[in-house]
Amino acid sequence: MSGAAKDIEEIVREHAFFEGLLEPFGKLISGCAKNVHFQPGEYLFHEGDAADQFYLIRQGCVALEIKAPGRGAITFQTVREDEVVGVEWLIPPYRWSYDARAAEFTRAIAMDGACLRRKCEADHDLGYEVMKRFMPVLIQRLQAAQMQILDVYGEQA
Amino acid sequence: MVPRVGRVRRRRREAPNVWTLEIEPDGPASAAAAPGQFNMLTAFGVGEAAISLSGDPAEPGRLVHTIRAVGPVSHALAQLRPGAALGLRGPFGAGWPMAEAAGRDVVIMAGGLGLAPLRPAIYRLLAERARYGQVQVLYGARSPADILFRRELESWRRRLDVEIEVTVDHAAVSDWRGHVGVVTTLLGRAAFDPANTVALVCGPEIMMRFCAAALGDAGVKAEAIHLSMERNMKCAIGLCGHCQFGPVFICRDGPVFRYDQVAGLLRHKEL
Repeated sequence: MSGAAKDIEEIVREHAFFEGLLEPFGKLISGCAKNVHFQPGEYLFHEGDAADQFYLIRQGCVALEIKAPGRGAITFQTVREDEVVGVEWLIPPYRWSYDARAAEFTRAIAMDGACLRRKCEADHDLGYEVMKRFMPVLIQRLQAAQMQILDVYGEQA
Repeated sequence: MVPRVGRVRRRRREAPNVWTLEIEPDGPASAAAAPGQFNMLTAFGVGEAAISLSGDPAEPGRLVHTIRAVGPVSHALAQLRPGAALGLRGPFGAGWPMAEAAGRDVVIMAGGLGLAPLRPAIYRLLAERARYGQVQVLYGARSPADILFRRELESWRRRLDVEIEVTVDHAAVSDWRGHVGVVTTLLGRAAFDPANTVALVCGPEIMMRFCAAALGDAGVKAEAIHLSMERNMKCAIGLCGHCQFGPVFICRDGPVFRYDQVAGLLRHKEL
């Protein structure tokens, strides 16, 4: 194993999202990982693009946005250090449904979604481990969306 | 039960349809209010409404109320200009458990206008800072334009002995550089000892249910979580029954309740 690969495995296993990950899983997952960074204002991806990656945020802040006619881009969530951007890589048709923009200088681990999906198919224990970590993200996002749709701070609340 | 007359000394716009009135009672000063208590305010010729005190409890002669104009009474109250007269009864109700919080970490979770009834508690915490452990104020608003007491939040944020975090449900990209997301997302980043924490929560009931659940998930006991409840109050002394909430009256037994006292009631529809 190269020094660089070892480094990225450590980074992946030390990230809060993969806290407590068993070593064999860490090796498999980090084989799909690479270090990336984004300047403020740079986009990680755009709505409609192929969702072929997800991102473990190590530093900085990513704004998730939707463009609304006449209102410009509306931020509906910010994602910060120790959190993860992107679940669409898990679910067909693997397409982003929003834009992700670096709101400040952001360092992240980009995970190749297709690579990880193949490994999860080949090793269902790994697949279950990955699913267990993504399900809370999905549920939290769903609950947040419920609250936002209800507009609980609005006058009708 | 007979209202005293007070006069508006100052009126300040806080957010769209939200105004803060500073009221001076005619005659002798009112009894000192505890953080979390409310007054009944009368807009003459329109009606009476329960409005929480939002000012500094260390200044009992200065009655401060923050009002969102949503119905006829609150709209009439919010329109009062300096010098205008209004009716005043109170203070009423059980407030925030400031004595119980002494020596412990304090997590304040506020949503929307819910920051107003919590502001007196924040003033008290900051005035007697050494009495408390970690102090976290987590505030969620609808949008950047709807943030209450913005200058004060910014001023508190400059202090080194309190953590202030603000999030909004949504924001135009050009308007806001802070957190976007629901207020519960701030809890995971807050530093406190859940076994030795008192949580004070105020906001829309749905938001408070989610906050109580998130605090429970973080390890805060139900009896250490306190919610400020809201119902249609009339008499304010537990006689008329308008604000009955199961076996309790919000005006007399609350508005602040321990979560374990009301958790079951909060699950009932139309209660």
